[in-house]
Amino acid sequence: MAEFRMPSLGADMEQGTVVEWLVKPGDPVRRGDIVAVVDTAKAAVEVECFDTGVVERLLVGEGEVVPVGTPLALIATEPAAAPGEPAPEPMPEPAERVEAEVRVEPAPRRPRPRPVAAVPVTPIIRKLAAEAGIDLSTVHGTGRGGAITRHDLARAVHHAERPAVTPYARRLAAELGVDPAAIEPARAGPVRAADVRAAAPAEPAPPPVASTVASTAASTAATRAAEQRRTTDMRAAIAELMSRANREIPHYHLASTIDLGTAMAWLHAHNRAVPVAERLVPAVLMLKATARAAAEVGELNGHWLDGTFHAASTVDLGVATALRGGGLLVPVLRDAAATPLTELMYRLRDGVARVRAGRPRSSDLVPASITVTNLGDLGVDLVHGVIHPPQVALVGFGAVVERPWAVDGLLGVRPVVTVTLAADHRATDGAIGGRFLHAIEGMLQRPEEL
Amino acid sequence: MNRIIDDRVAAELVTASLLTIVPDADVGSLGEHTDLRDSLELDSLDFLSFVEQLGRRSGRRIDEDDYDRLRTMHSCVEYLCEHGMSRPQP
Amino acid sequence: MKTTYREAMREAIRDALTTDERVFLMGEDVGRYGGCFGVSLGLLEEFGPERVRDTPLSESAFVGAGIGAAMAGMRPIVEIMTVNFSMLALDQILNNAATLRHMSGGQLGVPLVIRMTTGAGRQLAAQHSHSLEGWYAHIPGLRVLAPATIEDARGMLPSALDDPDPVLIFEHGSLYNMAGELADDAGPVDIDRAAIRRHGRDLTLITYGGTLPTALAAADELAVDGVHAEVIDLRSLRPLDEHTVLESVATTHRAVIVDEGWRSGSLAAEVSARIAEQALYELDAPVRRVCSAEVPMPYAKHLEDAALPQVADIVVAGRAVTG
Repeated sequence: MAEFRMPSLGADMEQGTVVEWLVKPGDPVRRGDIVAVVDTAKAAVEVECFDTGVVERLLVGEGEVVPVGTPLALIATEPAAAPGEPAPEPMPEPAERVEAEVRVEPAPRRPRPRPVAAVPVTPIIRKLAAEAGIDLSTVHGTGRGGAITRHDLARAVHHAERPAVTPYARRLAAELGVDPAAIEPARAGPVRAADVRAAAPAEPAPPPVASTVASTAASTAATRAAEQRRTTDMRAAIAELMSRANREIPHYHLASTIDLGTAMAWLHAHNRAVPVAERLVPAVLMLKATARAAAEVGELNGHWLDGTFHAASTVDLGVATALRGGGLLVPVLRDAAATPLTELMYRLRDGVARVRAGRPRSSDLVPASITVTNLGDLGVDLVHGVIHPPQVALVGFGAVVERPWAVDGLLGVRPVVTVTLAADHRATDGAIGGRFLHAIEGMLQRPEEL
Repeated sequence: MNRIIDDRVAAELVTASLLTIVPDADVGSLGEHTDLRDSLELDSLDFLSFVEQLGRRSGRRIDEDDYDRLRTMHSCVEYLCEHGMSRPQP
Repeated sequence: MKTTYREAMREAIRDALTTDERVFLMGEDVGRYGGCFGVSLGLLEEFGPERVRDTPLSESAFVGAGIGAAMAGMRPIVEIMTVNFSMLALDQILNNAATLRHMSGGQLGVPLVIRMTTGAGRQLAAQHSHSLEGWYAHIPGLRVLAPATIEDARGMLPSALDDPDPVLIFEHGSLYNMAGELADDAGPVDIDRAAIRRHGRDLTLITYGGTLPTALAAADELAVDGVHAEVIDLRSLRPLDEHTVLESVATTHRAVIVDEGWRSGSLAAEVSARIAEQALYELDAPVRRVCSAEVPMPYAKHLEDAALPQVADIVVAGRAVTG
């Protein structure tokens, strides 16, 4: 039996406190293992034991202050492995012990080199690592001699809790509203863009425009097949929606041709004066005017559900967007009536770009309270729309064209656009529809107020 | 510093700009005088993006008044060569 | 017309000598021998010893003389046999050519063009196989060019001679015999911009000079597996056309840089840093570099091959970033 005694950890140290026991009775220990943390007046020191064996009993509790030399624990040593150990003595007199200590205990000295491990690891670190589930062989030690310190361990724990995500994938995840930490990568390694896209909420099948992921010949065929399937699914969805609209909704149609001379002049002047990134297209003026008109004539902004009209509190403007290769998606500009023009333009470009690229965000596809379809870019003069149920109105804009026009009693040429309203006769009558179109016209004559 | 640019460089700029807007466009098969907006189905937002890209790559601000000059590959190249290019120095 | 890289460079020199009387060619063995790599063959006979000057075997001396001539109003083309020997003229190039305009407050300029052969692959061993373009690209006050095509061999020199400041042109030794078509009216080319030699969407391969053919071959191989690499020829190493590189990475999200220099502190390292600084949020994989092994260039053929960037190495890197 060997005694583990309170060591002298400094020439002037007289007593110390056992702050923490790192072993308990029954634990095997080897010469050089750290078995306790001792607080001296100056520092908390991790103390090694000089014996090899099994801890028999702890003699001093945590927090007790004892003089240097006091036995702190008993270690049962194997007879063969304990040459020259003093015979176990049950609690000898302190005086005797001190003498014995002077005889037997070597003077306090630097720790002997331990059996070679690749990285020196103390039991406290081992314990904390085990609790945190960290593999110590992966931790880089910055302590003396490459020792792993508690800081190193804390860093490793921090890294383990943050799975690796490539910068592009992280950005994409933020755009798509996906949590990258929740994604399981398809291949070993960090979460990549392809993983994020796969995890993004699947909305009515947008056909992917371009695949940037490597594919073998076989999987190219598979991708194409998937695209076909998605296009078919989308067409089916559109067919269903349009059929339902025609079946259920008694439509009435109104049209109005609007002089855009003032609006276009204002637009060109604005665009000349601002950086290219803030340029506006005519479509955004028409969208804003529609949104404000819908805010004014609220009977057209909302949904027909369960036999009554439920007005929406804000104008969430759906912008019907054609997809290249066929199909339709409707990104939504929330609270469009209250959004400043430049921001509306930005959101429009953003939303349209995302749905065209096949990556709509969930926030793009919230239900619209009214929808606009702008086929003007295709050169169509006039649009007879079909309402998207359960909305009660669809506004259509044709192309902006130069037409002869009466201005102040004289014949001139002005840019004009034909705006149409398709409305649900259950919710509104022609008079309301007329008021709505008139409001749009009025707004477009005062573009600076949009 | 304004550098003269030649046809090839200008054509490259236009191609690269188009590919940014429509990544799978077969720009190579477009004729010199084919209307870009029609054949590539560019709407007003796409066209604005194209103008932005072209402007950025050539270092020039392209005004709405010049949109008409950007109808075809040929006219784009002509427009760019006429005005030269200013590149930001490293 | 059908021609070679070597002939195109010769034609560029001939054209310069013909059209500008301030231009002259100077270097070891450029006259009677016709140039160590045969670039100036026949030029001495055509233009005489005042315009095509053989120099003594002292790089420091004749580069210094070239600097002096340039300062005095001439437009010399100094040929240093290879970049390996330019070490002996480093002080002239760095401390005089690159720096005199600055130190003189603009009173002096050094409109000098230095041409050097560079690169390995011909079993010329440790002292004669360097690719130090990256080192020179480190120095402010210099323009550094690396023509990798016949067109650039023909066109970069006249543009370089127009520059009022020193320009270094690096010709990779393996390119001289490259044969191909050159337009009959081929003339000066721009020396600011990188060129996309091959368009692709899956990854960006960035390279310059002698490794361009290797990168293109690797792109062909990757394409068989459906990985389409965009290959960028940097052309100008200082200043770097980072714009072209960044735009490409913004599209492909993956970058592999191929550089015959040693990795550490290489031009590839510079390009990597710029990508990390300005396109980090576009990267879907770490930037990879394919460079020469960090050893003095071996003499034995199989070891030299193993030390240089090969098609297989680039293909491996390309597959690694695209997964």
